[in-house]
Amino acid sequence: MAYHSFLLEPISCHSWNKDRTQIALCPNNHDVHIYKKDGTKWIKIHELKEHNGQVTGIDWAPESNRIVTCGTDRNAYVWSLKGEVWKPTLVILRINRAARCVSWSPKENKFAVGSGSRLISICYFEQENDWWVCKHIKKPIRSTVLSLDWHPNNVLLAAGSCDFKCRVFSAYIKEVEEKPGPTVWGSKMPFGEVLFESGPSGVSGGAGDGAGGGWVHGVCFSHSGNRLAWTSHDSTVAIAEGGKTSTISSLSSETLPLLCVSFITENSLVAAGHDCYPVLFVYDGTKGSVTFGGKLDVPKQTSQRGISARERFQNLDRRATSSETTEQGLESLHKNSISQISVLEGGKSKCSTFCTTGMDGGMVTWDVKSLESALKDLKILFLCSQSLKSALKDLEIV
Amino acid sequence: MAKNTLSSRFRKLDIDEFDENKFVDDHDEAVDNQGPDGTEIENLIRIGDTMTAFHLALRNPPLNTKNPAVKERALAIVLRVLTSFKSSDIEPAVKSLDRSGVDLLMKYIYRGFEKPSDNSSAILLQWHEKAFAVGGLGSIVRVLTARKTV
Repeated sequence: MAYHSFLLEPISCHSWNKDRTQIALCPNNHDVHIYKKDGTKWIKIHELKEHNGQVTGIDWAPESNRIVTCGTDRNAYVWSLKGEVWKPTLVILRINRAARCVSWSPKENKFAVGSGSRLISICYFEQENDWWVCKHIKKPIRSTVLSLDWHPNNVLLAAGSCDFKCRVFSAYIKEVEEKPGPTVWGSKMPFGEVLFESGPSGVSGGAGDGAGGGWVHGVCFSHSGNRLAWTSHDSTVAIAEGGKTSTISSLSSETLPLLCVSFITENSLVAAGHDCYPVLFVYDGTKGSVTFGGKLDVPKQTSQRGISARERFQNLDRRATSSETTEQGLESLHKNSISQISVLEGGKSKCSTFCTTGMDGGMVTWDVKSLESALKDLKILFLCSQSLKSALKDLEIV
Repeated sequence: MAKNTLSSRFRKLDIDEFDENKFVDDHDEAVDNQGPDGTEIENLIRIGDTMTAFHLALRNPPLNTKNPAVKERALAIVLRVLTSFKSSDIEPAVKSLDRSGVDLLMKYIYRGFEKPSDNSSAILLQWHEKAFAVGGLGSIVRVLTARKTV
């Protein structure tokens, strides 16, 4: 687990290039900085200055090597590397509030931008006019779209929004792609169709307390696209399986709200948020249940030395408690909320490394294998047949 | 500058009121829970069976009604039960609840904090401590984010 402190300011958003040697991040201002890995150090090699407002989303397309950024200035730019310089192209999103999140589709022929205008802009490149054009998905979104994730078929898009719901939309653009085949989420997919909407409560709501939930902060499709996970502001994490519309399994956690989530295998996900450490959740498809797998930040074991009487009274005076632990600060690697999680290696089916960035301006890369061995009660289930299938699929694409 | 920028009366205007796409919160009054039964709970408390009274009080919470009288009544009943508990009995009572029960209990505790009476705060703080041990920060977050309040 390597912790690297980039800045003292929060990192608003980040994205990695294809071979994970460069990272593009926004240091809480109007620019995007690109850092290149040099041994153990990071050197800033580019500064992308074009936005007039804070950059809220960055996505780096691995194959076509283009970066899309969106910001509070209601614009999005697509950056292409020309020689040694990144050149921006403005994309008119036709929104009247800030853009919040952006994501390239798997085939990189379009991207989606979620904004405070209560809509999602799906942008694609029109060859005749040499210009990026966008289409809006408006209904039935009723508040800011906070997070987006594409389904592997390049057509379906999951969106988490501040109206307490997580939805799956079809973003089928007939100008750039063929009609998609049926999936577990549905077979008719005209543009803007809602194929799934999370209800006000999970199935496990029980008597009475099926309340409205909270803002949906993070959404993630599994590698196969058959499962969708989302975290929301009422400290819950939920997983829905496509096809069976009523099976939403949710877990009310005891932690502070989680801001970001990602599948690391077909059955387990890692999420992180205001508690400053990533946690693991395990999903059991047969029982339809989500269970807490464990905290993934192993703090250094400080030596338990005895506490003198003087220190006890001092603690009582200062902190109204004579407890032994001198917890002056957080024991986790991140010292402030974690806002974004990204899979580095292995994809969402067999992730071996993932990275988190947060409000403390630091970035940590986590290695799943060493986490597994460090935490003996960690349970990461691998469904053999599924991981083999997805491994073969990866071979075909690459 | 032009004269029309001098007046700042426009700042008192709420432009979101004029927006056609304004978010209107739809609260359905369909499931109308009337809150727990007061007399039965009084009897149980009198004979000393606080545990059953506790479980009864937490059933049928008036989450969906917009009628404040119903909510006040339910709150009063629950607080009556909570204050009639002995300190040592609190922990087993909390342990007997499931996850959504703990969340509901937390909601009532925080509602109870809003209007402190003579010795309600002390006992409520003890309830809070025990409920927090089981529910964690998540249960408190759910009190804050719940849209259907007790």
